Amino acid sequence: MTPTEFTAKHPRLAGSMPVWHGNVDEDELRTLCEAVKQEGGKLLALWGSDEQPRGNGYALHVALVNAGGMLCLSLPLSASHAAYPDLSELFPAAARMQRATFDMLGLHAVGADDHRKWLRHAAWPPGLHPLRKSFDINSKYSIESDSYEFIQVSGDGVHEIPVGPVHAGTIEPGHFRFSIIGDRVLRLEERLGYKHKGIEKRFESMSLQQGAKLAGRISGDSTVAYAWAYAQAVESLGGTTPSDRALALRAVMLELERIHNHLGDLGYLGNDVALAFGFAQFWILKEDLLRVIGELFGHRYMMDKIIPGGVACNIDAPGHEKLRATLTHIEQTSARLREIYDEHSGAQDRFLTTGRVAPELAAQLGLTGLPGRASGQAWDLRADFPCAPYDSLEVQMATHRNGDVAARVMLRFEEIKESVRLIRALLGSLPEGTLVEEVAVVAPGKLGIGWVEGWRGEIMVALHSGKDNSIHRLHPHDPSWQNWPVLEHAIIGNIVPDFPLINKSFNLSYSGQDL
Amino acid sequence: MYQIIRQILRSGIKTETPPQPDSALQLNDQQLQQQILRHLGRALAIRHVDAGSCNGCELEIHALNNAYYNIEGLGIQFVASPRHADMLLVTGPVSRHMEVALKRTYDATPEPKLVVAVGDCGCTGGIFSPDNSLAGKGESYASCGRISNVIPVDVAVPGCPPTPTALLQGILTAITKQTAQT
Repeated sequence: MTPTEFTAKHPRLAGSMPVWHGNVDEDELRTLCEAVKQEGGKLLALWGSDEQPRGNGYALHVALVNAGGMLCLSLPLSASHAAYPDLSELFPAAARMQRATFDMLGLHAVGADDHRKWLRHAAWPPGLHPLRKSFDINSKYSIESDSYEFIQVSGDGVHEIPVGPVHAGTIEPGHFRFSIIGDRVLRLEERLGYKHKGIEKRFESMSLQQGAKLAGRISGDSTVAYAWAYAQAVESLGGTTPSDRALALRAVMLELERIHNHLGDLGYLGNDVALAFGFAQFWILKEDLLRVIGELFGHRYMMDKIIPGGVACNIDAPGHEKLRATLTHIEQTSARLREIYDEHSGAQDRFLTTGRVAPELAAQLGLTGLPGRASGQAWDLRADFPCAPYDSLEVQMATHRNGDVAARVMLRFEEIKESVRLIRALLGSLPEGTLVEEVAVVAPGKLGIGWVEGWRGEIMVALHSGKDNSIHRLHPHDPSWQNWPVLEHAIIGNIVPDFPLINKSFNLSYSGQDL
Repeated sequence: MYQIIRQILRSGIKTETPPQPDSALQLNDQQLQQQILRHLGRALAIRHVDAGSCNGCELEIHALNNAYYNIEGLGIQFVASPRHADMLLVTGPVSRHMEVALKRTYDATPEPKLVVAVGDCGCTGGIFSPDNSLAGKGESYASCGRISNVIPVDVAVPGCPPTPTALLQGILTAITKQTAQT
């Protein structure tokens, strides 16, 4: 089966994003994955679900993206043989998703190289799978020892540095195992899952309305992107279209989230190369912006301001002016700061060629989002599949091919500039309209997809509806799933003291991956 | 260099007056002697521990270092090791996978020590638990719930996330003796 045959055979889901969903068998799954890989497409997400209460076994779901949109394939699995063919050989990014799917649901990837646990540490014993419907969310297991086999590098002069889960700075927890020789990194192996707090299971005890709040807390720094993706999924299920005004306000918030995160990162990237001036300046700008956002939207990070059906905020004329003035200030100051960064030989010496991911490697490993665009992977949902209001804005995607820290720094400067332009355009023609449309009752057994280009990359929410507006299964996907494994490659051959800088230039989410 | 100095002058001084302590945030009677607190208050070393947050609280902890809140100007510093710390600033809920790491970090912090729990999830277990009432302790299969379920907490700062001002107030409350327990 070719991707074209798939989209011809199966219906396009309701909603603004081009998504096709249908059941496939093992052979079709394999041929579709191969075909998408051939055309230069990518794997977006892989997850499973327990369908036993509905009289079936399990299901594996795979979201692929090609030039036409998203193909969402569901492979039904029998309860007695919960296994599917390995996809990590085609898409290396699938490896950790498959390991997580085994931990959470017990679905086995036949033929995969790596069968170590991933999200499970010691909170529940092997053989139990929290996302099975028979597993009680309140079950408690006494913490046994948590063993994990890291890959050993041996040879003369090789030694290991274990770091984390508690890190030296204000960072999320995770473990990094460096194998080094002298101060050069031979290999980095990450171990994540420390923040696993049962988000996916928790969704299953919530109604569609309640879920919006949790969606905004999957990764706090991307609360707007997740809330929008969640709202899109619910709206797709209910056949609801928010007003033009609500959509424009959502885009304003998404771009504000992009700007404040980029400003913060640019400050820390300066700080990490001993340019404390950069930290001070960018964090003044960031605070200026957060204060205006707090005043206009009622929350500094705009949590809970996007809800299914619309938005829970509004901007009036004085608010417009205040926001415009702040954005002008940010645009002018960051342009000045960019000149200073560009001409600062000490900073450039640290940025250039550090943590390089060449475009070929990026394509092979599936690097996505912001680091992807800095390594020649020209994907940006706002430009590729623009939904309202992006369809009238002609988003200019920034890309670079150097793939080093310097490229990721430049990309942030360019994206700030573009986001300022987009917000100005949105505010300049803000349509009238109701803020929230009522969301229709959702039929059980349906799939709704939300798909949003957050500041870090594309965020997807897959929502399988249950009875009476409940959630049967929800899988939120963070671009960090794709990018964490690539960070292991980016550090190879670099010196240990450059790791914080490289890590910051990616700035990936732990919470969004650990779920 | 000229451009850098020019930009610094253009920005001016942003630092604002810090908030006053608020005894309502205190969970326990202050255990430390006034004397010790006075010393800590002049050079307080904080170790931040993320025990499982959504990373929203971390955004505001970062903001404490910006020029507006200028926490270092008050003599308060974030340090890289619990062994250098007087206070743990802990965000949560505590995931079961972080339980051991948090306990070890607490044990590695020398006495006398203070703990400030940050955010709604740090205070109650938050939205990640089906029962986040005070009686329920906010637990689930993956979450130990609120911070005080795992280590002793002196001050709890609610908010989702708490603003930098609220965080600063919580930190200052912890190092100010509020009770008549002398």
